[in-house]
Amino acid sequence: MSVARFWRKQQNRYNLIGTRCTTCGKYFYPPRGFCPDCRREGKIVDHQFKGTGKVVTYSIIRSSSGNFKLLTPYVLAIIELDEGTRLTSHLVCDIDQVYIGMPVRRVFRKLGEDGSSGAIFYGTKFVPA
Amino acid sequence: MREVAVIGVGCTKFGEKWETSFRNLFVEAGALALEDANLSGEQIDEIFVGNMSAGRFVEQEHIGALIADYAGLATDNIPATRVEAACASGGLSFRQAYTAVASGMSDIVVAAGVEKMTDVGTEVTTDVLAAAADREWEGIAGITFPGLYAMIATEYMHRYGLTREQLAQVAVKNHDNGAKNPNAQFRKPITLDTVISSTLVADPLRLFDCSPVTDGAAAVILAPLERAREFTDTPIKVLGAGQASSTIALHDRKDICTLDATVAAGNRAFQMARVERKDIGFVEVHDCFTIAEICAIEDLGFCKKGEAGKLTEEGQTAIGGKIPINPSGGLKACGHPVGATGVKQVYETVKQLRGDAKGRQIDTEIGMTHNVGGTGATVVCHIFGRV
Ligand SMILES: CC(C)(COP(=O)(O)OP(=O)(O)OC[C@H]1O[C@@H](n2cnc3c(N)ncnc32)[C@H](O)[C@@H]1OP(=O)(O)O)[C@@H](O)C(=O)NCCC(=O)NCCS
Ligand SMILES: [Zn+2]
Ligand SMILES: [Zn+2]
Repeated sequence: MSVARFWRKQQNRYNLIGTRCTTCGKYFYPPRGFCPDCRREGKIVDHQFKGTGKVVTYSIIRSSSGNFKLLTPYVLAIIELDEGTRLTSHLVCDIDQVYIGMPVRRVFRKLGEDGSSGAIFYGTKFVPA
Repeated sequence: MREVAVIGVGCTKFGEKWETSFRNLFVEAGALALEDANLSGEQIDEIFVGNMSAGRFVEQEHIGALIADYAGLATDNIPATRVEAACASGGLSFRQAYTAVASGMSDIVVAAGVEKMTDVGTEVTTDVLAAAADREWEGIAGITFPGLYAMIATEYMHRYGLTREQLAQVAVKNHDNGAKNPNAQFRKPITLDTVISSTLVADPLRLFDCSPVTDGAAAVILAPLERAREFTDTPIKVLGAGQASSTIALHDRKDICTLDATVAAGNRAFQMARVERKDIGFVEVHDCFTIAEICAIEDLGFCKKGEAGKLTEEGQTAIGGKIPINPSGGLKACGHPVGATGVKQVYETVKQLRGDAKGRQIDTEIGMTHNVGGTGATVVCHIFGRV
């Protein structure tokens, strides 16, 4: 991912800042600038997520590409944050540790790099809580 | 709106085709379809071509023009349009061709699909296919396509008690059908043990739960029903068409185990066709992974949620069963050249309804296709019938 493309979402990725629609109260992480329920009536503001949640479902990835190839086998999970929204994340734990419903919390980790001499990207990942 | 029929079909053999270039794949399928419809090139009014990612697989964009040129149709300046919706590009190409004829804008229209996936290595292929998901919020988390469908499978097995054997039976059945399809990539029957002992790709999915990486092309020709008999004695009518969108990311789905776009696209096609589930003789569904076939059978309304595993285990989805699924061998055994698959599904359906599906023939008047892009962000369904 290019530096500019990453930088645009850097605050969101570093600090788990998403958005919230003040019209209907829904939380969005990944952030949305437009509420799919309220549409033009929606009013979107930034929201700092607490960073705790639980595993909805998961897989153990044995064959991957790019930055993730070196990590195989790794745990990939869909996580529901306590605020109710869901996201996809690499879950940093042993592959036989994960289960549906497992409590997790956010950590600040390296996400990847742009080639061997390019920029290193950091952001949020999850670990068992 | 005018009634529309398919008057000719063509399909290349699917597989790893080192010797055939991207453009020649299309030309081969197109020529077969024209021959089948007894048409010559200058009678064509318009071309649509489904293609997911020639830009990354063979570093070529502007596919419409390339294809018109190498099919010899640029000399007559015949318009050609590329259509893209990831793995649903082919189904969407057919839908565009259908609306072009139905609207009266064009008479004789080609709907094609083509993908050349084996010129790059598996690692690049995995990354190219990952672009069908949300690059910024799923890609960056390390998803792969097998991984996304594996997360559906994990939750589905947990919730409904689907067994490893039931899931494997999907692949066994599709390899049985593929063995009877001369165009299929894999033509060898397999056993439950082949699937269950194959390498893990993304738990719980193993190598034989996955569709393969494939080169191939398919083309079909549409015409107004009132003109169809000028070209063929066995026109196949388009009875219903449905398309639907859902969230690009799997994590945003209302229910991880339901492709709500399949439910919507299926219902729209059934409503338009005015037929019932029980009238359908077979369905070509998008089984990019074994779990995807299980979900498709349920989401299209052929059984209740949680019951497709049992239906499969009982043999009801095999040829001769209550609702045969994927007589072509599906994406699993026939192969999955992503942009071509949706058109190949139409090809198989027309062959079946004409009574031309030697060795795997189903005796029926009505068949259906179901083509999915990504994890279900785009779904395209069509229902076809004899006239
Ligand atoms: C599963 C996958 C990673 C395997 O690729 P791979 O490890 O590079 O496999 P190879 O091409 O090296 O093939 C190794 C062997 O397995 C076989 N094979 C490959 N894929 C297969 C599959 N899906 N099913 C059965 N056999 C398969 C090959 O024919 C080959 O057999 P051989 O050794 O007898 O010649 C690849 O097929 C894949 O990515 N599939 C999913 C494609 C996808 O996501 N499509 C989009 C869906 S939405
Ligand atoms: Zn809102
Ligand atoms: Zn697919």
